[in-house]
Amino acid sequence: MAKVPVQFTLNGSEKAEFIDSGTTLLNALRDKIGDTSPKGGCHQGTCGACSVIIDGELRLSCLTLAETCNGAAITTTSGLAEGGVLHPLQRAFLDAFATQCGFCTPGMIMAAKVLLDHTPNPSRDEVVEALSGNICRCTGYEPIIQAVLTAARANSQNAA
Amino acid sequence: MALALQTFATAKDANGALKAAGTRYLGGGTLVVRAANEGDVSVSGLVRSTDPALSAIDVGGGKVRIGASVTMAEIARHPELGALAKAARAVGGPAIRNMATVGGNLFAPAPYGDFAVALLALDAAVGTDDGERPIETFLAGRGDSRAIVTSVSLTLPRADSFRFLKVSRVKPKGVSVLSIAVVLEQAGDGTVSSARIALGCMADRPVRAKAAEKALIGRTLDPDGIAPALAAAGEGTAPITDPIASAWYRAEVLPVHLGRLLLGLA
Amino acid sequence: MELRKSYFADVRKDDLHEIGQARPRSDSPGHVTGKTAFFADRNFPGMLHLKMVRSPHHHARIRSIDTSEAEKHPGVVKVLTAKDVPHNVYTILILIQVGPEDETVLADGKVRWRGEAVVAVLAETERAAQEAAAKVKVDYEVLPAVFDMEEALKPGAPIVNEYHGQNYYLYDSGECRKVRFGDVEAGFAEADHVLEQSYQSSPIEHAPTETTGCIVVPEGNDRFTCHTNTQAMFFTLDNTSIILQMPGSKLHFVGGTVGGGFGGKVDVIVEPIAILGAKLTGRPVCFVYSREEEMQISSPRAAEKVVIKDGVMKDGRIVARKVTGYTDAGAYSRHSPYGAQKGAGHYPGPYTIPNVWIDTYCVYTNRTPSSAMRGFGVTIGDFALEVQMDKLARLIGMDPLEFRFINAYRDGDMKAHRQPTEGAALIECMQEASRAANWPVAEKYMAMSSYVKGT
Repeated sequence: MAKVPVQFTLNGSEKAEFIDSGTTLLNALRDKIGDTSPKGGCHQGTCGACSVIIDGELRLSCLTLAETCNGAAITTTSGLAEGGVLHPLQRAFLDAFATQCGFCTPGMIMAAKVLLDHTPNPSRDEVVEALSGNICRCTGYEPIIQAVLTAARANSQNAA
Repeated sequence: MALALQTFATAKDANGALKAAGTRYLGGGTLVVRAANEGDVSVSGLVRSTDPALSAIDVGGGKVRIGASVTMAEIARHPELGALAKAARAVGGPAIRNMATVGGNLFAPAPYGDFAVALLALDAAVGTDDGERPIETFLAGRGDSRAIVTSVSLTLPRADSFRFLKVSRVKPKGVSVLSIAVVLEQAGDGTVSSARIALGCMADRPVRAKAAEKALIGRTLDPDGIAPALAAAGEGTAPITDPIASAWYRAEVLPVHLGRLLLGLA
Repeated sequence: MELRKSYFADVRKDDLHEIGQARPRSDSPGHVTGKTAFFADRNFPGMLHLKMVRSPHHHARIRSIDTSEAEKHPGVVKVLTAKDVPHNVYTILILIQVGPEDETVLADGKVRWRGEAVVAVLAETERAAQEAAAKVKVDYEVLPAVFDMEEALKPGAPIVNEYHGQNYYLYDSGECRKVRFGDVEAGFAEADHVLEQSYQSSPIEHAPTETTGCIVVPEGNDRFTCHTNTQAMFFTLDNTSIILQMPGSKLHFVGGTVGGGFGGKVDVIVEPIAILGAKLTGRPVCFVYSREEEMQISSPRAAEKVVIKDGVMKDGRIVARKVTGYTDAGAYSRHSPYGAQKGAGHYPGPYTIPNVWIDTYCVYTNRTPSSAMRGFGVTIGDFALEVQMDKLARLIGMDPLEFRFINAYRDGDMKAHRQPTEGAALIECMQEASRAANWPVAEKYMAMSSYVKGT
């Protein structure tokens, strides 16, 4: 089977691998690179559990071929905490009981991070829209929305 | 056989590679990678092109040419494509809109392909290396298409002449029960002088509601004026049945939603 | 969180350290950092992927199975059919003596629902397993199928499951689970009004975000470690032990981290065949449902039909209730005989009714086997009962909430299945609901108590 090289930064560190052509970014991250924070929930682009940030944009790693990401900067939830200190979104999800089974959580946090990166003080409607591609089947949406709003407030207070 | 991707600098070269059996074109991946993930073993090879022309948006003289690789998100945020923003935002969630392309949307089977419904109402022209074709002709034969779509071109509608509605059960993002796009011109007395109505989910691909279009001509946009058009809305349609809704349900609610759109209530 | 201390003040302790306090979830730090290890977050060298060949028919005889092309497909390591499974016919609840064994791990001679597992393909990659699965040839003779419970119970209906011999589960009480309390016909004769209504529901899929699956690793000493997202660890271990005829001491199950279950991961489906694959190949095996399989193959909540006949007095008292419940098990029992039985105990609802007659049937059809889901056997019944309660209140021109106060069970009342009521608290819940919903009821109802006699 033909192997192709892929090279990108993952959470700030350089990664280079030889993978089978046609491998999804989700499988490359999970099986080759060992970052299992993006989850495979549907592999159809429907659930959002595999969400990652590629060059600042929210993407579904299950529908993205890894070899199309050469040179990209990729962020996943496993890379958010710095020096053991949780990112404000992680802190807010923890404090607001915004996790139940936890399977959707890494994808939710990615979608929320892209929102706050572009819109530091979102309205509730903007949060709902930003999370609209991410399914939580434990149906804990309300605490998740509150966690994102809380994280936004915490960010703006830190900035002030 | 594994799934292998070939990348070409030009659409022309990619076209050549697409001739191999089992090969599909990779746009945003939301259709073809999804199919492969679900075990569709008929897809054995993927082809893509990084041709910059495929990613360009050219606006001028009231017209726009949108490269086939342009994403829904790029359309939704483009300052000169405000008229199309609502239809572009109707597709998927934020991540899907960063991936799903204009070209791919033309091939999306119902209940997907909401943006193509808008393009059909807007009478877009679909470009390939062989030249441009009217979208209606293109959609009718899309299953046999072996040439890469390179662009869609259209005349930008005036803000008040184009209306779009996607009906879904889950807000703000849900799969379509149906979608409707309407381009209307009105005479000075308010009567309709021309109408193009396109429907999503009322067949396996976007279709025109030609009987309803005809029934609107010369009528005013009030409940009595649009009644004949609503009565004719389902003519010639073959709605899909899927987990979102049955064909019966779609046929029942089509006139309701078309009525709301025409009366400005949607 | 607010604790309303006005209720049950004399039976509740206030010096508890944990109850009533908000505490961080112990699993949440793992969830928010992406470090929680779900079963699929493990990767083992040489791991094989298992894909299932499934029945395209609702009901068919299998004339022949030809796996020769699939076995030759590049990357294929092993192809399994019914003859490879040591104890192929099982039923989950046999562990608590609810038989007979009625379900095949891999179809043997017959398929009874569309999607039933027929052949398992193990290959080096998912893709190779999918391609090989498409090359398995199964010759079917399609049989008449039955999808409606009442049709299935009619004489002459196609027999869905020969292990039962008829299209219903045979309880020790006969063709249905029965509750008899008082004289229901006398109750109807005495009633001012009698209302009979029928309610029904369709199957409901749990749709967990993480699909059902497991990864099995041979430990090299005839022992197998199974990383699974089952919700029923020991049920699965014990059933696997029966199916594979392997002592439980050889099976090491690791789990407890479930990406959404809701009852949809209590069946024993993926683990036995994955462990068998690992045993026969000596390689780690991953068997995980695709999203389509999760939606179409995993057990849904059963479709139910509930017929309720009530006798009610003008003063609001329900004096007789007769319920016939039907639970659509699909083609196999799984947990449905238990669900239907639970319904029998539950159908009087949280109401004290002097004359009760309940029959609940567990019915076999050629539909996807149903099983557990959040209060199965009770939830659909509650929908039916509470709609019925509203209709009864309307019938006698009474406020629907006051009507429920009149009939609410209270501590010490004898339930129809002969269990005295204790810890009821329904009155108190309704009083709080009345305040919270701003739906006032007469003062006498607000003065009632579940546990103080004479209120």
